[in-house]
Amino acid sequence: MSWITINLWLIPAVPVAISLGILSLAKSRRKSAAGLAVIGQVIALVLSIAAFLETLQAPGFRAVQNFTWFTFGDTELRIGWVLDPLAAAMLVMIALVGLCIFIFSVGYMADDKNFTRFFAYLSFFSGAMLGVVIANSLLLLFVFWELVGLASYLLIGFWIGRPSAAAAAKKAFITTRIGDMGFFLGILWLYHSSGTLLFYDDGNGCLESAGLAMLGASATFIALLIFCGAIGKSGQFPLHVWLPDAMEGPTPVSALIHAATMVAAGVFLVARVYPLFSFGAIHGVTPSLTVVVWIGVTTALMAALIAIAQADIKRILAYSTVSQLGLMMVSLGVGGVAAGIMHLLAHGFFKALLFLGAGSVIHGCHHEQDIRKMGGLRRLMPVTFLTYAVGMMALSGVPLFFSGGWTKEEILHSTAHWPKSHVPHYLLLAGVVLTALYMTRQIIYVFFGKSRAAFEHAHESPSVMTTPLVVLALCAIVFSVVLTPAWPWLHGYLGGEPAQFDITRLIQPMFFVSLMLVAAGIGIGVLLYHRAGVQDRNRPAETDPLEYMQPGLFRFLENKMWLDELYDRTVIAFAAISARVSDWMDRYVWDGLVRALGSLGQLFGIFTRDVDERGINAGVDETMTGTRGLGRVISSWHSGQIQTYLGVVAIGMLALLLLYAWLV
Amino acid sequence: MTPTLQIFLIVSAALFCVGLLAALSRRHAIFILIGIEMMLAAANLNFIAFWRFSPEPHQPTGVMVAIFSIAIAAAEAAVGLALVISVYRHYRTTNVDQFDQLKG
Amino acid sequence: MSAAFVIISILTLAAALAAATLRKLMHAALSFAVAFVGLAAFFFLLGAEFVGLVQIFVYIGAVAVLIVFTILLTRRDVEKDRGFNWSGVVVTIAVFGGLIWAIVKTQSLSVSAPEMPVLTVKHIGEVLMTGYVWPLLCVGLLLTAALIGALILVMEEKR
Repeated sequence: MSWITINLWLIPAVPVAISLGILSLAKSRRKSAAGLAVIGQVIALVLSIAAFLETLQAPGFRAVQNFTWFTFGDTELRIGWVLDPLAAAMLVMIALVGLCIFIFSVGYMADDKNFTRFFAYLSFFSGAMLGVVIANSLLLLFVFWELVGLASYLLIGFWIGRPSAAAAAKKAFITTRIGDMGFFLGILWLYHSSGTLLFYDDGNGCLESAGLAMLGASATFIALLIFCGAIGKSGQFPLHVWLPDAMEGPTPVSALIHAATMVAAGVFLVARVYPLFSFGAIHGVTPSLTVVVWIGVTTALMAALIAIAQADIKRILAYSTVSQLGLMMVSLGVGGVAAGIMHLLAHGFFKALLFLGAGSVIHGCHHEQDIRKMGGLRRLMPVTFLTYAVGMMALSGVPLFFSGGWTKEEILHSTAHWPKSHVPHYLLLAGVVLTALYMTRQIIYVFFGKSRAAFEHAHESPSVMTTPLVVLALCAIVFSVVLTPAWPWLHGYLGGEPAQFDITRLIQPMFFVSLMLVAAGIGIGVLLYHRAGVQDRNRPAETDPLEYMQPGLFRFLENKMWLDELYDRTVIAFAAISARVSDWMDRYVWDGLVRALGSLGQLFGIFTRDVDERGINAGVDETMTGTRGLGRVISSWHSGQIQTYLGVVAIGMLALLLLYAWLV
Repeated sequence: MTPTLQIFLIVSAALFCVGLLAALSRRHAIFILIGIEMMLAAANLNFIAFWRFSPEPHQPTGVMVAIFSIAIAAAEAAVGLALVISVYRHYRTTNVDQFDQLKG
Repeated sequence: MSAAFVIISILTLAAALAAATLRKLMHAALSFAVAFVGLAAFFFLLGAEFVGLVQIFVYIGAVAVLIVFTILLTRRDVEKDRGFNWSGVVVTIAVFGGLIWAIVKTQSLSVSAPEMPVLTVKHIGEVLMTGYVWPLLCVGLLLTAALIGALILVMEEKR
């Protein structure tokens, strides 16, 4: 066991410790806070890289460090951490993206009063996320999972003066909680069936063959319950509603949590407990995996459709995240675990880049977020434009130089060969088009055309903000080197097989299909929107071209398919009614019972008081009166008359005399 | 010829009772003193009678007691009468029924 | 029973009764003196002459006179004593009855007088100064204290 595997716990511990340290600083010590946070992140990055290098030793490397947390009775509760390619890759991505975002935040949050608190929370989140990744026990993972949720809540509601932010934070927490309920039930069931919560434990872990064998048929249900947690955290349908609202938080928060890392935790979870999902697979298909695929594909398509009709720059990106996460879930579901994780890593880089770019735009436009009020920023904010363009092309899936393209192609490839059904594949193809479409729409609205802004002083952001953008853009490009099918190093690394360089693999049918689809998407986008924001024939300037063409459809999409309202009418209404019923019960039934018992006590008190007053007091009073009377009588014998006394003495003497006489 | 001891004792008892009568039944304070003196005298008589009829009359024990008793009686009479005068000064009366400050 | 004894006893008891029951104070005081005379005669009869004489000196000469003086000093234009407490009579009769019963019942008391040598004053004096010297001194002290006490009691308060 090398030093790094034994001390892997340092990677999450250092940022968390630093966050506590920052909390103890005064509000005025901004530089120290930022400095500490960045240093913590750098340490975490260095350690992550060390861990990564460690895993390069052999294909399929896995190092585990378990220990007993506490014992109760005969059973022990063991936890630990694991270092394998999956964990190492995630560690590096999270640490690197985190570092870029921390540096960006120094500039973005420079005007904010609660600067130090922000960095404390950011550090805390970073530590918790890193903890999720290295956990070897489902329980430890859940602990960090919840901590990540807490950090997300704190950061979404960071601007505490804003009621909308507080409401969004609450919504995020409650929605993910619903998912976490299922997750926890899954943990309990797993513990009950297999007796261990450790993933890998010298053959006894729950993900290893012996453990899995103990589960039998319940593996499917456990997997589905755990998937509930992933649905909540990764914003899959039907628990996706919190993610767009989470954009109320500051943009760096959106970048870190809701693009690159926390939402990725759900995908990571599925990848981590994949043996549970794939237990008893026939041709790589199990019921739980099928559910994952269908939910993923639904999410991917639905979110992409909604994204087309959104006007807020961050909402478009939020729905895009939801859509991409759906895509990753699909990939995991059809068996392309490595492909899904690769897309996750690439997505982390370019989504963070996009969000930071959006942050830069917002900052430059003095906190304007409506894309219809922007335009022509290409000339005013060149660095931002260039890096944003890189991100957009990576997301759309433009192949060759941009990482997103390769990974998307891999996923499409996997779905094409899914034995269960080909419908996901076709739907994902449509999704690719839509992705390219909405990104093109966004970039045209924001950066091209004439400036529609009410302001005139849009300016480029300071270098503290643009440097991370450049770094992330470079990552997005350079990352593709290890992603190409020509040299599927990462695929091999993640999958546990060695990889060779083979340029012929570059040319595949799927490559051309995706290239065409992306081109189609961009083409349609340019066609539709190149005159957006400007009067074109009969369309007024402010109306979106799509809206003009299909107003009903547009409105449906713009209002997020009315899902929030549906939830409001059903789930929330039900909760409100049950709350009212409970309140009534509490107020009249339980309270009444308690009051009845209380009045019983009161009655008893009244009874006792009566007994005391009438019985005991009266008795005592009578005794006292009697004694007084007796005393009065006796004292009346003292008449003060000497002769009386004398007479009594004489009688007494006589009595004595007679007594003596009688005795003697 | 002297009578038996019993007769003397009966006489002394009678005298004692007369003294008691005087002390108990008269309302004047002085009468109580008179009664007391009489009782004392009766007791003296008792002593002398017993001494006379005792087996060893040459020991003048009874006589001694009687002498001392007389002396003490005199002293007590003096003090008692002084008391009566003092009380008379305070209450302007010698009716013992009115000396009831100790009542109650 | 000698006649002298009977006469003396009747005299003494009558005088005592008179002293106890007479209305007028002066008469009562004087009969009180007569009763003591009778008592002194008893002492003479019993052979204790010295005691009898002492009795006359002290009781009649001092106590009776004191009583007379006190009566004179505490007169309030009332020479008679009003009121008679009859319950005292009851008590007295009861006590008398009890005493008589006790005396009569005791058998050892019906002895007759043994012979005895005449008790001289000299003998009494000797005994007084030797065997009974301590009581004598104590009585002296007592008399002194009584004297002082009586004086203090009667002294008028200084303004």
